[in-house]
Amino acid sequence: MKQEQFEARYQPLWQRLDEQLKQQESFRLRRSAELPADLPQLYRQLCNHYALSRSRRYSPQLVEYLHRLVLRGHQQLYTRRGAWLWRLLTFLGRDFPVSLRMNRGYFAVALALFLLPGLLVGGYCMHDDSFIYSLMSDAEVSNMEEMYRPDNSRPGRTIERSADSDFAMFGFYIYNNIGIGFRTFAMGILAGVGTVFTLFYNGLVIGGVAGYLTGLGYTETFWPFVSGHSSLELTAIVISGTAGLMVGRGVICPGQYSRLDAIKRQAGSAIPLVMGAGLMLLAAAFIEAFWSASNMPNAIKYIAAAVLWISMILYFVYAGRGTSGTR
Amino acid sequence: MSVNQVTPLIDTVREHETPEGIRLELRLAGPVVRACAWSIDMLIRVILYGGVSGIFAFFGGIGTSLMLIMFFLIEWFYPVLFELYNGASPGKKAMGLVVIQDNGTPITFSSSLIRNLLRGADFLPFLYATGLLSMLLNRNFQRLGDLAAGTLVVYREQALVRVQLPEAERRRPPVDLSVDEQRELIRFAERCPQLSRDRQIELATLLFPVTGKRGAAAVQEILGYAAWLTRGNR
Repeated sequence: MKQEQFEARYQPLWQRLDEQLKQQESFRLRRSAELPADLPQLYRQLCNHYALSRSRRYSPQLVEYLHRLVLRGHQQLYTRRGAWLWRLLTFLGRDFPVSLRMNRGYFAVALALFLLPGLLVGGYCMHDDSFIYSLMSDAEVSNMEEMYRPDNSRPGRTIERSADSDFAMFGFYIYNNIGIGFRTFAMGILAGVGTVFTLFYNGLVIGGVAGYLTGLGYTETFWPFVSGHSSLELTAIVISGTAGLMVGRGVICPGQYSRLDAIKRQAGSAIPLVMGAGLMLLAAAFIEAFWSASNMPNAIKYIAAAVLWISMILYFVYAGRGTSGTR
Repeated sequence: MSVNQVTPLIDTVREHETPEGIRLELRLAGPVVRACAWSIDMLIRVILYGGVSGIFAFFGGIGTSLMLIMFFLIEWFYPVLFELYNGASPGKKAMGLVVIQDNGTPITFSSSLIRNLLRGADFLPFLYATGLLSMLLNRNFQRLGDLAAGTLVVYREQALVRVQLPEAERRRPPVDLSVDEQRELIRFAERCPQLSRDRQIELATLLFPVTGKRGAAAVQEILGYAAWLTRGNR
């Protein structure tokens, strides 16, 4: 068949496909979730035409035209689509806790990297109130003291910050804390070293400050303030670290895969943890800004903190079990 | 790796074979054009930061909160949003680039998230030095974030303008031509409108041993072959 006959015969088909693809290429929230029923069939015919036009001597321009249609069809046919709200719900209800449980080994390592230096340094700082200066500068320490001094009417804020409203602090916690979580994950690609360092360093500083302030006797301001959001915030940092360690493992020890494929697989299975940790830090920022800083009696704050800790642990241990045979 | 190189030529075109047995050609973008795209994005972000702080400065505590939340979103989700919307951030779009999966499909949410979260590592120790090193060591110009996400940055295809072959009296080629040779003749006919008259003649005269003609007559002769090849002799 000569090229002109070929074009004349199949042009309507190509145009129909072109229109369907244009429809699908519009913004994903606005287009219909369903593919047109005959799109796969049209696409396969187009592939056939493209292969023919290459093997026959048809002009480069026609071949290029068909190639582009094929590329667009391929992109639409093999992409994932739709139902993002449902995906978010299944993510929270099942995928996030399940993927954390599947990677509990990494979680244990991340937890140890964070907790051990925290407890050791914290215990030491409680008895030796000069050791904190090995970890932080004088200005940072006096900042901390000022935030949790018993006569500070807004614990958790320095004097200059005390005028800031709860809303402003909410924004600050989001900007700062979720950023830390994301960075803890990202540094994992550097053979895990960055993640290990971040976890270790955060453990040192957080443990050191807690121990130092407890040693000073600021317990009535410090612990009620931090207890409320501690469950979500600390756990989320450790989970970000878990994700970073997974990527680092792919770099250091790819196992049966090529290093590149190992990194891709590990990053793919770590990303639910990063997203989950981001959401937890968002919730923690909300609690820290509006609940922890409120004037509730300390007893109520402690009860709320205990409830949060217990329900969070139950969530990670039990949520998503039994559905479709997963652990 | 699902992107295979089939030709031994040094080229930035990568091919991906689809389930239909079709080879998709993907033209990779190198470090320089990506650095330009990043600079444009950076400029846009600086303007956004300025605009956001200018507007929300007047709204007290809630304003500060919204400002910081906007900073957070701009810092981490500016590229993700645009990559999901049309495959490329404004800077990349301006440079004619698009981000895709290494199997040729549009970028997914999790891949976009991975490649943009890992910017933090690629940026170290300054100005994407790690990312540049990774791109230079890697044959697909992927920075660390691209490696982990399985994404490629490629050139967006320019709009294709189909031209009509110039009119000429159809002539059967006097010798048997291979498929490649036939294609070259047709390609010449398609490019003719872009070439100057002198250049057309210069190229067509190269085929003097086949056509036996020189000058404008040789151009017409070859256009005639192309017409015969594409339209047949009826």
